[in-house]
Amino acid sequence: MVETPRPRWTFRRPSVIPGFGISFGYTLTCLGLIVLLPLAGLVVKASGLGLSGIWNVATDPRVASALRISFGVSAVAALVASTFGFLVAWVLTRYRFPGRKLVDAAVDLPFALPTAVAGIALASLYAPDGLLGAPLARLGIQAAYTPVGIFIAMVFIGLPFAVRTVQPLIAEIDKEIEEASATLGATRIITLTKVVLPPLIPAVLTGFALAFARGVGEYGSIIFIAGNLPYVSEIAPLLIVIKLSEFDYGGAAAIATIMLGISFLTLLAINLIQAWSRRRFGYV
Amino acid sequence: MSSRTAGHTDSPSDRPSTAIRIEAVSKTFDTAAVLHDLSLDVRAGELIGLLGPSGSGKTTLLRIIAGLDAPDRGRILFGDDDATGLAVQERAVGFVFQHYALFKHMSVADNIAYGLNARRRADRPAKAEIKRRVGDLLDLIRLSGFGDRYPSQLSGGQRQRVALARALAVEPRVLLLDEPFGALDAQVRKDLRRWLREIHDRTGQTTIFVTHDQDEALELSDRVAVLDRGRLEQVGTPDEVQENPACATVMKFLGDSVEVEAIAEGGRVLVRGRETPVVAPAGIIGPVKLYVRPWQLQLAEPESAHLSGTVRSSYRTQGRQRIEVVDTEGRVFAVEDFDGVRHPAGHPVGLRINGGHVFG
Amino acid sequence: MSEIFSPISVPMAKPAQAASEGAITRGVLIGIAVTFLALFLVLPLFAVFTQALSKGIAAFLDAFREPDAWSAIRLTLTVAAIAVPFNVVLGLAASWAIAKFEFPGKALLITLIDLPFSVSPVVSGLIYVLLFGSQGLFGTWLIDHGIQILFALPGIVLATVFVTFPFVARELIPLMQEQGTAEEEAALTLGASGLHVFRTVTLPNIRWGLLYSVLLCNARAMGEFGAVSVVSGHIRGLTNTIPLHVEILYNEYNFVAAFAVASLLAVLALITLVLKSVLEWRFAGELAHGRAH
Repeated sequence: MVETPRPRWTFRRPSVIPGFGISFGYTLTCLGLIVLLPLAGLVVKASGLGLSGIWNVATDPRVASALRISFGVSAVAALVASTFGFLVAWVLTRYRFPGRKLVDAAVDLPFALPTAVAGIALASLYAPDGLLGAPLARLGIQAAYTPVGIFIAMVFIGLPFAVRTVQPLIAEIDKEIEEASATLGATRIITLTKVVLPPLIPAVLTGFALAFARGVGEYGSIIFIAGNLPYVSEIAPLLIVIKLSEFDYGGAAAIATIMLGISFLTLLAINLIQAWSRRRFGYV
Repeated sequence: MSSRTAGHTDSPSDRPSTAIRIEAVSKTFDTAAVLHDLSLDVRAGELIGLLGPSGSGKTTLLRIIAGLDAPDRGRILFGDDDATGLAVQERAVGFVFQHYALFKHMSVADNIAYGLNARRRADRPAKAEIKRRVGDLLDLIRLSGFGDRYPSQLSGGQRQRVALARALAVEPRVLLLDEPFGALDAQVRKDLRRWLREIHDRTGQTTIFVTHDQDEALELSDRVAVLDRGRLEQVGTPDEVQENPACATVMKFLGDSVEVEAIAEGGRVLVRGRETPVVAPAGIIGPVKLYVRPWQLQLAEPESAHLSGTVRSSYRTQGRQRIEVVDTEGRVFAVEDFDGVRHPAGHPVGLRINGGHVFG
Repeated sequence: MSEIFSPISVPMAKPAQAASEGAITRGVLIGIAVTFLALFLVLPLFAVFTQALSKGIAAFLDAFREPDAWSAIRLTLTVAAIAVPFNVVLGLAASWAIAKFEFPGKALLITLIDLPFSVSPVVSGLIYVLLFGSQGLFGTWLIDHGIQILFALPGIVLATVFVTFPFVARELIPLMQEQGTAEEEAALTLGASGLHVFRTVTLPNIRWGLLYSVLLCNARAMGEFGAVSVVSGHIRGLTNTIPLHVEILYNEYNFVAAFAVASLLAVLALITLVLKSVLEWRFAGELAHGRAH
């Protein structure tokens, strides 16, 4: 009896293409040294504090207030960004109008414009005597140095995420689906709410989550317009910087850990949404 | 939506009345004309097939009837009502798309109930009534018990049946099917074809369907409308269009044919001086083209034949024998004969013409 | 139009397009979207230039007479000159390993490479302070050996590399995955060496994607603020990058100078956007799909 030799188990599936060892090894080394090791340092530092230590930092009134502002304002800003982001994505994919490509390119401005530049520009626009700040002030709204300013900066930074997550999905909608709905007697509004929108909800939620996570961590575009008044317009990332300048590494690590934890939960939520939508509709 | 029930008010004495009248419809996309001045009457209760090659404008015509596209010129009448200006929502048509266009995020039952649920509250049937109708339709499409499934869990054939039920649920005055079996594989196609005919016989629903498949159109339709490059070439029962094709285009599109040089004189058609059983239309005299189907050619002794040549190839398929004969000028004639004799390649043969058509 | 006179040429009440909104709704929605984008995105960019030139061209140019401005520009260019090539090499290596081979844990590896995107810039700086700061894990050891990482070029480069880490890899991985391995295998059967195959087969296939990612990576490397701000120490003329220099000028109420220097970065952003759009329009098929970062 001839025994067929069992293929020896190898880490990678055998292939004639060379260079796996060096490319894989180099990638892992860089990833380990530049990303994973430093992040592990944060975990070590935070675990040194213990849960109670982190809790103590989190419940410090100033820290708690900064976390509340960061997460609260970011949630509202992400809501606005995903609402308008959806509208922008819809208009850009569905309608043809002069300058459409220019508008489409402009959506990525917040990706390309350095945050500090955006920050001082927003601050000057929304200052009480600024181009937009003055009319707002007449309406009784003070934008600069209040959570409103933080909100504006977060919408700015979150918008591209909201637009770019739903845009490809809107482009993929089968026109026949809408036509089918119309032949069945549905008005345009019913077609939009019952047929077009529901499959897009997971993408809208993903865009919301990305904008939210980005807003929570954002620093450069916010600090100039926020004015950074403790308990009023001080955001969590700024508090990390302040703790560091006071050489309170533990405090900084604790706040960072809390932020990372919540960001992680957000990412987890995104993945769950996508997995659910794949199971339900067979696509994301 | 006041006209929703108009399609069902025909009194029996009117039948067969005209359900849909297409009047001189023209349509141009960008600069290419898709429909030229096309007129067609669809009778109430009939199953009519729009047959044509791709680009013939048949799908555009269907979409214009549905209100998904607007004609540049001409009118669409539903019964006696001008529907040309009616929005698609107000036309009460049932449209079935080639790729089903089911709502993926809705269950099968919700898909079928969609049109009823989309009505204004005043016109909407009660919940229990909708549920009953959905149940009846699920029975009709033989998918009882599939109501809670999602489209992604169904096969192609099942999806198309759901699409049909969804269109029937709104009790449309006309059912429009755009290449309904085009995306399905051969066996499923055949089953669904037969089944669609059964459903039509049971419901009497006026139905227009679009296809580029001759067999499908001829097997399924009460009448066939043959379209070519935006023009209506012929309308008639499958037998009529096959026995008396109106023009060479229809002749060629409905099946294989060979062209033979012939002379017409006094109603007779001669090939190489020999008379054929073909009758030439009145007034046609001189050299003509005679179109002959493969089964209208028969192998014969050279002395009694209209044509001659040598066998190029011969094969059998499904009880038929098909022989290709090539003449001295290199023209190829396909012959269907049943003599059961093997015809080796290179063998000289004669061909007798037993029928055919000459067009004016 | 050939047939102007026709008995049934009815002026048509066109049925509303089945799968779209009416013209008025469309117009209103376009109006809202464009206004919103103009107010929230374009106006700030516009403000950078008007503020920079608000006191005239001379005041604008004065901002660049300062040696500190030039040292900031030099430092930013140096940092980008290190970080971008590093990311290119890393991106090529990572995408080669991930796209051309099958091995367990691939999805995890991709997630880990993407990780820096979901970390706040400030936290990205903080983690290096925790390692290399005077009270950090390696702090005392570094001081004993006289090695300066924090508040110096190495720290700034590290923080920049961290925040730009995924840029090239995440563009190239899907691109190379789409392209598969057939072309490389064909070239190998024809007797080409591995390096030769990479240079003549793989690289030409991904060049536009690579350029695209280098553009975005460079924009972020030159513009990074939060992470660099934490590790730089803000030493004027030494460890200030352009964004940090902008911050200092702004906080000193030297607005014209702040916006003048900022306009440099704004121009960089505009160039990046233009090139990026050109690449997207011309070479859409040669870029990775479904980009939304």
